[in-house]
Amino acid sequence: MVRLTLDDVGARYGRTEVISGITTPPLKGGELTALIGPNAAGKSTLFKRIAGLVAGPGTVTAVHDPDEHARITYMPQDTGANAVLTVYESVLLAAKQGGSWRVRDDELARIDALLAALRIEDIAFRGLGTLSGGQRQLVAVAQALVREPNVLLMDEPTSALDLHRQIEVLTFMEAFAARRGMAVLIALHDLNHAMRYCRNCIVVANGRMVACGETASIITPDLLREVWRVEARIETCSRGTRLVVVDGSALDTAAGE
Amino acid sequence: MALSSPAMVTRGRYRAMTAWRFVVLMGLLAALALSVTVDLATGPARYALTDVFRALVDPHGVDNQIRVVIWQIRLPVALMAVTVGAALAVAGAQMQTILANPLASPFTLGLSAAASFGAALAVVLGVAIVPALTPYMVPLNAFIMAMATALLIHVFSRLRGVTTETIVLLGIALVFSFNAALALLQYLASEQALGAIVFWTMGSLVKATWGKVAITALALALTIPLFARHAWALTALRLGDDKAASFGVKVSRLRLETMMLVALLAAIPVSFVGTIGFIGLVGPHIARMLVGEDQRFFLPAAMLSGALILSVTSVVSKSLIPGAILPIGVITALVGVPFFVSLIFSIKRRAW
Repeated sequence: MVRLTLDDVGARYGRTEVISGITTPPLKGGELTALIGPNAAGKSTLFKRIAGLVAGPGTVTAVHDPDEHARITYMPQDTGANAVLTVYESVLLAAKQGGSWRVRDDELARIDALLAALRIEDIAFRGLGTLSGGQRQLVAVAQALVREPNVLLMDEPTSALDLHRQIEVLTFMEAFAARRGMAVLIALHDLNHAMRYCRNCIVVANGRMVACGETASIITPDLLREVWRVEARIETCSRGTRLVVVDGSALDTAAGE
Repeated sequence: MALSSPAMVTRGRYRAMTAWRFVVLMGLLAALALSVTVDLATGPARYALTDVFRALVDPHGVDNQIRVVIWQIRLPVALMAVTVGAALAVAGAQMQTILANPLASPFTLGLSAAASFGAALAVVLGVAIVPALTPYMVPLNAFIMAMATALLIHVFSRLRGVTTETIVLLGIALVFSFNAALALLQYLASEQALGAIVFWTMGSLVKATWGKVAITALALALTIPLFARHAWALTALRLGDDKAASFGVKVSRLRLETMMLVALLAAIPVSFVGTIGFIGLVGPHIARMLVGEDQRFFLPAAMLSGALILSVTSVVSKSLIPGAILPIGVITALVGVPFFVSLIFSIKRRAW
């Protein structure tokens, strides 16, 4: 089982410190952990720092037992692409980086299986430029998973998906993580998804960690007011699921400062 | 092969797609071979294709006259067209890739103009940028100026807030600056030097020699394996920097390395044959339409398209007015632009 630990992690772009002082208890493999926080909180930067794509202080430890180095894959936010490539090629591309020109049958079989599991085999030979935002996000998930990471950092993978696809992807990731023992850190804007799918969560705001721990106990009306500046309640529905209900107003940002 | 499961169908379709691309590459190669042969047969003395072929495979079995014409005069020109076309198209293809810009090419971004200016410095003022190597100052000046321009574009493209549009604007600014400087040198030039400069600005293959062909081929032989080694990474760059980086591509290093190789590929042809504008822009677009952007196919397709365009143009430049060889840089635009425009409008799929 993989374990990811952050110890006083920060990140800089040039001389500007974007995030700092992020320390977490070990995040375990086999489950989803939510990374939540308002826009521009530093979520993407933290992901890039963990993946080693930006420099900064602190240490990121990802061990894969007994103590092999874990493979960390970052799945960036979707930006669209105008490359003349098919979906199939773009997933193959993710798998083949650093590899030879020859494409083996077992490599293709892996891609076939992944596309089928994500139910996007019908768009396998569509050009990337012709896809909808939701389709692009599913392709991005395939590109990330084909690299067979031990730690996967997903940057808002559900933001362009309809409700059905959101549930489908999160359920799929939950099962996939459990089966592979993969640690998934997932940036989400929908706090109800975070409460449902992620036992633990990390809350960041303004480049700092606000809270870290069990999602159910961390997301409270106080936190919502402090971090997101909204008046909201946490309700428990008849089946015991806890939900964030935002029936108050968005607070004036300046008022709290 | 039995395609039983749906998964096998997907895989099979990918295999079929790559097989088709291979066929396309072979087709381009065959067209290029034909074009080169016709190129050899065309000129003041017209030969039958069979005679040309015989002169190529068995030089001593044919007439002295045809042997000299084919081997000493026409073959260097024909192969110069092939190597220069391939080099410019690959340079354009990789510039478009690393700058994420469909308008990028050695010509549009000022590399060719810079090289012309460097060459003119040597021809008119006798200024050698590297004084130790004065005998080679013309190609060397051209090369250094192109390299410096490539570096400038590279540095500029890395600045914050720089978009693909600003890069094109910078390119236009560079083209105008170097052209103005070149015009100034032309104004100051002696009559003899002026002829040499005009040769440059129009582009011409007639001064091709075996030595120049060898150097251009060497530039290709040095750079192509390096591009090929990074084929997957260069293709990934087309998905965006973040995505490429997430695949483990060292984006900045790859981009800088590629830009340096591109400058080499763009500068050497320009220093020998002058500015031939169209190939570096259009060769890659044709390749992209034919085989997509997987560099394993895109790279050879761009080479072959560029070589084919210039080779065909070489034939046309000799055939338009019998007995005269028109400047090839002029013909590439005249012949190529209508062809390219028709291609753009006939293609349904949005390629960029």
